[in-house]
Amino acid sequence: MQSSSEQFFDSAYQSKLSRFLQVLHIDPVLLAGLLVLMACGLGILYSASDGSIVVIQRQVIRLAIAFAVMFFVAQIPQHQLYLWAPWFFALGIILLVLVLVAGDVGKGAQRWLNLYVIRFQPSEMMKLVTPMMIAWYLCEKPFPPKVTSLFISLVLVVLPTMLIAKQPDLGTALLVATAGFFVVFFGGIRWRILFGAIFLMLALIPVLWQFMHDYQKQRVLTLFDPGRDPLGSGYHIIQSTIAIGSGGIYGKGWLNGTQSQLDFLPERTTDFIYAVFAEEFGIMGAIVLLSIYAFIIIRGLYIAANAQDSFGRLLAGSLSMTFFVYLFVNVGMVSGILPVVGVPLPLVSYGGTSMVTLMAAFGMLMSISTNRRLVAK
Amino acid sequence: MSYRSHVSDHSHEASTFKFRAIVAAVICLLMLLGLLTRLAWLQIVDYAHFSDLSEHNRIRLMELPPTRGLIYDRNGVVLAENKPTFHLEIIPEQVDDMEQTLKGLAEIVTISEAELERFKEQLKVRRSFQRISLRTRLSEDEVARLAVNRHRFPGVDINARLSRFYPQGETTAHVVGYVGRINQKDLTVIDEGNYRGTTHIGKTGLEKYYESELHGQVGRQNVEVNAQGRILRVIDKVAPIPGNDLTLNLDIELQRQAEKALGDLAGAVIAIEPHTGAVVVFVSKPGFDPNLFVHGISHKNYDALRHDIDKPLFNRAIFGQYPPGSTFKPFLGLAGIEQRSFGVRESIYCKGHYLLPGDDTERKYRDWKKEGHGTVDLTKAIEQSCDVYFYELAYRAGIDHMHDFMAKFGFGSRTGIDLLGERKGILPSTEWKKRTHGRVWYPGETLIAGIGQGYMLTTPVQLAVATAALASRGEKIVPRLLKEVHNTQDGTVKKREPSRTMIELHQESHWDVMFNAMKKVVHGTWGTARATGWSMKFKMAGKTGTAQVFGIAQDEEYDEETVAKKLRDHGLFIGFGPVEDPVLAVAVVAENGEHGSRMAPIARDLIKRYMEKYAE
Repeated sequence: MQSSSEQFFDSAYQSKLSRFLQVLHIDPVLLAGLLVLMACGLGILYSASDGSIVVIQRQVIRLAIAFAVMFFVAQIPQHQLYLWAPWFFALGIILLVLVLVAGDVGKGAQRWLNLYVIRFQPSEMMKLVTPMMIAWYLCEKPFPPKVTSLFISLVLVVLPTMLIAKQPDLGTALLVATAGFFVVFFGGIRWRILFGAIFLMLALIPVLWQFMHDYQKQRVLTLFDPGRDPLGSGYHIIQSTIAIGSGGIYGKGWLNGTQSQLDFLPERTTDFIYAVFAEEFGIMGAIVLLSIYAFIIIRGLYIAANAQDSFGRLLAGSLSMTFFVYLFVNVGMVSGILPVVGVPLPLVSYGGTSMVTLMAAFGMLMSISTNRRLVAK
Repeated sequence: MSYRSHVSDHSHEASTFKFRAIVAAVICLLMLLGLLTRLAWLQIVDYAHFSDLSEHNRIRLMELPPTRGLIYDRNGVVLAENKPTFHLEIIPEQVDDMEQTLKGLAEIVTISEAELERFKEQLKVRRSFQRISLRTRLSEDEVARLAVNRHRFPGVDINARLSRFYPQGETTAHVVGYVGRINQKDLTVIDEGNYRGTTHIGKTGLEKYYESELHGQVGRQNVEVNAQGRILRVIDKVAPIPGNDLTLNLDIELQRQAEKALGDLAGAVIAIEPHTGAVVVFVSKPGFDPNLFVHGISHKNYDALRHDIDKPLFNRAIFGQYPPGSTFKPFLGLAGIEQRSFGVRESIYCKGHYLLPGDDTERKYRDWKKEGHGTVDLTKAIEQSCDVYFYELAYRAGIDHMHDFMAKFGFGSRTGIDLLGERKGILPSTEWKKRTHGRVWYPGETLIAGIGQGYMLTTPVQLAVATAALASRGEKIVPRLLKEVHNTQDGTVKKREPSRTMIELHQESHWDVMFNAMKKVVHGTWGTARATGWSMKFKMAGKTGTAQVFGIAQDEEYDEETVAKKLRDHGLFIGFGPVEDPVLAVAVVAENGEHGSRMAPIARDLIKRYMEKYAE
């Protein structure tokens, strides 16, 4: 049952360590990729934060928590995820509505739910729960999905996306929508329906435009042309492209980036951390960093392709692709080819919430991956 | 579906999935290559350009917020201005001993625990050359004391900034409104780009309504900074464009006069020029000090305002909805003769109460005068405010005919005054009742509506606009607080043309009938406001009104005396003058003012003063 490609990835499959890891539901290859990425991330963050030990300490604590979450989620058997999916989804929607009604405002949007013990961001949870729900729904339907199933899937994606976009949190709404989209994509939507839908959406844009308020139009225009807001996102993009471009082929060296060190670059520890990296490590560094990401994504797709059942496949495939979208949107935005929406560089940017969600997603991937092997035995 | 097809379905699905996973992987890689191409473009092709930029990147962009436009009354008296306020700031790198400095400063000016904490917080995160504010809004005494002791504290600076100030305080609180710090809710409806550097935004009143005129355009400057980020020089500058100044139609002297005349009563006074719609007086009492809100009102002050039984934050002129009572009668009287329910001279006999024809219950609809008014025609019915006449009129006309005629005067719809959130009032009809209450209209309710009670509700502004329409013989204008917008940059003045709709009567002479009847209210032997009229030099037309108060919500606890006061009737008065050629139309609503006749002098004195000031 094991293919040759699997041999390649699991050359040390029979070793003691590997068996130990499997009992712990850990996928060693994925783990290795994540560890390398996080180590790089801490190095970049150290430079971006002006060598602040406090920042590094906090980030290490977050990474540790995120790892614990990943480990915990990896122990949940896949069929449990399947059984919980609709309940989590319902809970998530209720919480999103609660946030809109009674949420706390922080950093410009209503995203937080104050549970007194912890402040909780339900939209983060939806990044995982939306693909779970749609996978739950689609995996029981005949293949390929009929138009009615596709329509219901669409509703399941649009509902949380709209609620999150209303907070307003464009970045997260985008990620939730893509997560849902990829489940449908992997679920076997016919190509002609897929392209038809894309075409229809493009055609609807001018209609939507008619119904927008003036200030909303202003915002969309600024999103695509940062120069319209020279003091805001325009300034961000100008400074980040200077930082990236001046990095050249080999970069200025770790801790030597003038743009970032001299405080020209805004949000340089969070959303714009990639510019710090590119300035100090050049295009060579970029190739290495993007390769690490690509390795993790492809490992994720590989786990998906070998998952035991349809639910696992769809979920794993979608989570891997969402990780990719994270990366693509962030780097695209920092390098000035995509609009500035608040999406962090996954597992590198300073900040805790998205890290926990991402690692929970990798926990699911590991659960799906090891689940297969236990059965295969 | 059979088991076999289910299995083949599954294997088909798995193979499709594998194929799509490969497609996805390939797309990922291609897109990453695309990203790399973009990065290579920046880092290899354009390297020289960006490298050069970064070498010389000593340039930082700073925002320059515009100054907010000023607001004046019609004679140029300032209602809202920008006053320099002084802030105590510290540049940490220039301070030798921070602890010592803070201790020393605390002896000269008062520094609260919270301010100190915030300062120390900032001290950790800001760079050492950046100014950190320690105290805002220093008093003049404090500024003087600091100036004397300045030499003792290197690195301590007094910085002047502009803050909004309302010199008229309470008097204009409900018209001009106030600005406050921009909050999350404001951010969702403004063009953020233009508000970079701006800290305050119009929250209520004209400050909010004309925010786009008052704010102006943000400017920016490029400054050269050294390696530590200190500003060396300004390279270029796009100056901010200050906001436009507003001149209002308001006359602050008359405004004060009206405010004073209301005395301790809560209520509203509106005065409008009938032909132009210019709002000369806009009083809602009690008011509050808008300056409290500019820098963030304290909890204590806010609670005091909120829990005040007179609700000072409530703009009664546009939000308050009151039964018009007898002030409704002139309009209804016109409806009667216009729609031929009554002849101009036709009279009925008033014996102190009215019985609804065909009603078996024999319920008596009472007149305010128990013994009755005797034989009454329209003129006498207005002069003495006879209820029975209007019961009969309402009965003959029917609620829907009444509704249609009253709607022309603007009852039941917004006047369109330049303030946000104006209420509509209620002008009932059978259709309205079905829509909102889901019930049919009862004939008895028509009678109650005939004396301006029951469902009927109006805002003081509505009442003033309707009175103005009467005074101008049918010009129903849109009331305007704003007279002109002055562009301080190019000196141009924008004016809004008055906007009006005409109310046509079948017979022009009907206006004269009503003018005459309303003149008798003030100047007639039996007029309800005759006490006001006897010493007047000009002739005023008016109508008194008294609206019943239905009581206070059960769960609210107030002491007996307060309750007793709160249960008194509302007093209303509408009037315009001089009758021959009206220059001002006035509506007065006084909560618990007991009788409208008491409010007539307020209108009289406003018109008198207006004539002295503006009519030759």
